[in-house]
Amino acid sequence: MDGASAKVVVVGGGYGGATAAKYIRMWSEGQIGVTLVEPSAEFVSCPLSNLVLGGSKTLADITVSYDGLSQRQGVKLIRDTATAIDVDKRRVKLAGGAELPYDRLILSPGVDYMWGEVPALVDAAARETVLHAWKAGPQTLALRRQLEAMPDGGVYAVSIPVAPYRCPPGPYERACQVAWYFKRAKPRSKVLILDGNGDVTSKGPLFKKAWAEAYKNIVEYRPNYVLTDVDVASRTAKFDVQDNVRADVLNVIPPQRASAIARSAGVVTANDRWCDVDFVTFESVKVRNVHVLGDAIQPATLMPKSGHMANQHAKVCAAAVVALLSGQAPNPAPVLNNACYSFITDRDVVHVCSVHQYDAEKKTVLPVQGAGGLSPAMSELEGRYAFGWAQNIWADMLG
Amino acid sequence: MQEESNVRSLPTIAAAVALLATATPVAGQGAFNVARSLAAGCANCHGTNGVSTGEMVSLVGRPKDELARKMQDFKTGRAGGTIMPQLAKGYTDEQIDLLAAWFAAQRAK
Repeated sequence: MDGASAKVVVVGGGYGGATAAKYIRMWSEGQIGVTLVEPSAEFVSCPLSNLVLGGSKTLADITVSYDGLSQRQGVKLIRDTATAIDVDKRRVKLAGGAELPYDRLILSPGVDYMWGEVPALVDAAARETVLHAWKAGPQTLALRRQLEAMPDGGVYAVSIPVAPYRCPPGPYERACQVAWYFKRAKPRSKVLILDGNGDVTSKGPLFKKAWAEAYKNIVEYRPNYVLTDVDVASRTAKFDVQDNVRADVLNVIPPQRASAIARSAGVVTANDRWCDVDFVTFESVKVRNVHVLGDAIQPATLMPKSGHMANQHAKVCAAAVVALLSGQAPNPAPVLNNACYSFITDRDVVHVCSVHQYDAEKKTVLPVQGAGGLSPAMSELEGRYAFGWAQNIWADMLG
Repeated sequence: MQEESNVRSLPTIAAAVALLATATPVAGQGAFNVARSLAAGCANCHGTNGVSTGEMVSLVGRPKDELARKMQDFKTGRAGGTIMPQLAKGYTDEQIDLLAAWFAAQRAK
């Protein structure tokens, strides 16, 4: 290949971007130069971060160094933020002033919050009181501190946006982890789930069983609570039709869309929120040489916005980018799978999984009928697999 | 429709399997990439190139027949499990053979 001079820039070092960076280096046998732009010094996993809220894990347990990518894989790491993309000149502009030229650009930018949908939280200072904790890190620790400071007998309320949003089962797992903490430390306290959706969006029967049995009298689930605003001082949530709800700890997971850098590249094509891609290459349907991965894309049928799925996107994209930069055709029939574990207690876990095969006529990936499914019940065995999943996927993307 | 596309891609798959017996990985080699990309889908849980560091079993270097039989046992329900009986049903027989051959040909580094 003439890959010796080929340059790939990856924006975003999460489950999608880090995996793409590693696999392009590995599969091109070091012939394609890969630069990864990521503002964080270390990777902090969103999966498992609810265990930090529950108190059974620390943030250090879910933090992994980027050193493996640079030292073992030869990825050039730039700790900075991409602020604009010039798709005609094929350059990425960074906050620090540098410009990076690319032959192919991979955006794995994650999501931005649509604060305009929760007007009181447009003020950044208000977001230090009413937390989202939907990106693992300082917000996770701050929410844990609020839960620790809450007196026994208090109410923790979590607001869930209307789907689609990052990690469909995540809010329900969070409710379980907070309930696990309350059951042991503050048994008179309550967990109130205020769901913008009409029903639990993932693993419904399994979560409802946990709330009816393991967390009886702790968790209350309320569907069709579409948040319209909050009152920060009184920690009150307001809804379109339902009565206001006041809580001692109010946790708002806001509506989301592809991050602003995707907008700069002009790849936001679906409902002014998400990026349509060609599922053979994950190249934008609108802008040549720009690929989009992870939670930012407009997903195919029943394709969740999950870290595991972002890793799968990245491998399809990496194989295609290596092929294209070598003058070869990409694999015309990609296959993706999803495996997602949720912690009910600190060790009992349930899963949902699926397999997605490319359909050449429909030009999309479709879930295979009869494959995939849910756990029959929570188990400690699946808890061990969930921790094994984390160890292996972190090594797979960063090792 | 899905079956049709699999039938159409059979010569490619056969070529890939034949190639595996003798070839070393070459970047950009189209036929080889079908198996390699399929196998990469397993790495989230079973480790890069099938080298697991967690609770899940390593797949690297295991005999092809053993891997293919285990997947078929999951697929047909002869073998119990948690997630694998559900995932195995999502792969065609040809894809299972490709996966088994690919992992059998890998060596831990």
